[in-house]
Amino acid sequence: MSDTALTTLLDQVDADIAAYLESCVHCGLCAEACHFHLATGDPKYTPTYKLTPLVRAYKRHKAPLRAIKGMLGLLPPEVTEDELREWEDLVYDSCTMCGRCTLVCPMGIDIAGTIRKMREAWAATDILPDGLKEARRHVEETGSPMGVTAKALLAQIAHQEKEAGVTIPVDVEGAEYMALLSSMEIMGYPEVMVAYARIFSRAGISWTISTEAYEATNIGVQIGSGPLARKLVQKIVDAAEKLGVKHVISPECGHAYGALRWAGPNLIGRPYSFEVVHIIELLDRLRSQRRLPPGKADGRRITLHDPCQIVRRGGLLREPRRLLSDSCADFVEMKGAGITNLCCGGGGGVSANPRARTLQTAAFGEKMKQLDEIGGVEAVVVPCANCRGVFEDSLFEYDSDIEVIGLSELVAETMARDAADGKGG
Amino acid sequence: MSILQFLEGPMFYVAFAIFALGAVWRVAGIVRLGRKADLAPPKGSAVAGWFKGNLRHFVPRGIFAERAWMHLVAGYGFHLGLFVLFFFGAPHVAFIERFTGLSWTTLPRWGFIIAAEFAFAGLIVLWVRRISDPVMRQISDRDDHAGSWLTFLVMLSGIMAMEQAHDSLRAIHMGLVNIWLIYFPFSRLMHAFTFALARGATGASYGRKGMIP
Repeated sequence: MSDTALTTLLDQVDADIAAYLESCVHCGLCAEACHFHLATGDPKYTPTYKLTPLVRAYKRHKAPLRAIKGMLGLLPPEVTEDELREWEDLVYDSCTMCGRCTLVCPMGIDIAGTIRKMREAWAATDILPDGLKEARRHVEETGSPMGVTAKALLAQIAHQEKEAGVTIPVDVEGAEYMALLSSMEIMGYPEVMVAYARIFSRAGISWTISTEAYEATNIGVQIGSGPLARKLVQKIVDAAEKLGVKHVISPECGHAYGALRWAGPNLIGRPYSFEVVHIIELLDRLRSQRRLPPGKADGRRITLHDPCQIVRRGGLLREPRRLLSDSCADFVEMKGAGITNLCCGGGGGVSANPRARTLQTAAFGEKMKQLDEIGGVEAVVVPCANCRGVFEDSLFEYDSDIEVIGLSELVAETMARDAADGKGG
Repeated sequence: MSILQFLEGPMFYVAFAIFALGAVWRVAGIVRLGRKADLAPPKGSAVAGWFKGNLRHFVPRGIFAERAWMHLVAGYGFHLGLFVLFFFGAPHVAFIERFTGLSWTTLPRWGFIIAAEFAFAGLIVLWVRRISDPVMRQISDRDDHAGSWLTFLVMLSGIMAMEQAHDSLRAIHMGLVNIWLIYFPFSRLMHAFTFALARGATGASYGRKGMIP
């Protein structure tokens, strides 16, 4: 293994990671929680097994008592670059960093967080799936993993304004909120911008989109490149501080929330001068403040998919449910809903990795079982653009006609248009 | 000095010192790696999360228990059985009293036998699963097997020495206990101490987010 890979790998090991690596008793329960193992039955997808190169490097170079073990010839062999290449599909294709394995682990090991740190070594040596390399190239050229430029954003905004008859403010200095979007939303679900315009107009909020930092997706976090992740967070911070906003809205995107809200200040080395609020948090807040009264609920049988990085790893468990209880007349939960819900199979960069498509679709089969168990579901609310794309593609593969909708759009459609329309507003 | 006196005297002191110093060294070696301060504004308490995380992972979530019930029953059977054997078995309490002067109520013979049966059954089920389940076979290494077998032999020799009728049986038990103590800090048996660090780290992280996984 190159010095860069080894140094990068060992640099990731702090007291928390060391405690995780020291505590695993190889019980294998984590496999019972992993959708890739559940879908394939292949033991190589056991989450703790994916950590093997890091465990070996740690035991050889950083673990306590390694000198005595070395004298007895009990240290594991050095990890080779070939092994890093061998492990690439376990580190990138078959882990969405969903964190479900942590819940079942009797030792509470954060395998997802450890995989995130492990990826730094792979990224530092450029051992990456082609799909993620392509996304990184787009980010370096345009700031967006899908290559969405500011010009394309403005064209989409103009189109949506004309279609829906709303105003979407751009680069407004002194606005209270700066909204971020994911490329997937801009290109695939632009109606979310219309939903924002309607909701914020109803709630009386001043907001804007910045043409300098509109992209929430942080490919640096997905591929495991701290320097790139830092650069992308800094870009948002600079734009927010330039516009003087008080809050930055993280969109319906899972990992973007974790990257900006929880990892961001640590990446740039200082707290923000503004608050990061997830759009779900903000909608819930506005509803509790009676600034967004509910109107006529959607009558369809609707369920909720809990995006891992927003719910299990983000802490927003109750907020979407409070919103849906107002917006849906027939809301039903999946078995294991909430903190133990299954991942869609496409998080953590997997959906940007075409090589992993077959495995991703197989993993979605576990989600499909959850949906089928409810029975009669007409629509599923998926408050993450990446999950939403995975749902749409996979439901098509599984010949399902369940409709996939975003939470902001549902709230915009079901909120009271005026005071007379409201129920309690 | 007889072999038994050696094994219960100087050899035991050496083994126990290696166990204690090694365990402290290993835990300290983990803790001293430190961690950077988290600059993201918290939603909840990391300290409360540390404790909640430690407690929460004692109790399996129902949705996983459906798939992993055998592991849970065997795991708790073994660990609780071993805990009761070690801390409430009359010969163990008498042994501890010899060194510390401390003693407490001990189990009756029938209680000792029941605890031992739970411990043996749990350990055997876990080990058979380790060699038969494809997932556990994939991830198990020499340390896992050595730890299981050594613990099994310590327990087996302990049962054989229970009547304290033969010094040789007692010596075999003490010899194995000493080997187990020396092996402990270098092995995965250390999870008996490190589990709190791992659960605590995750609990603290999630506690800051207002969640306990």
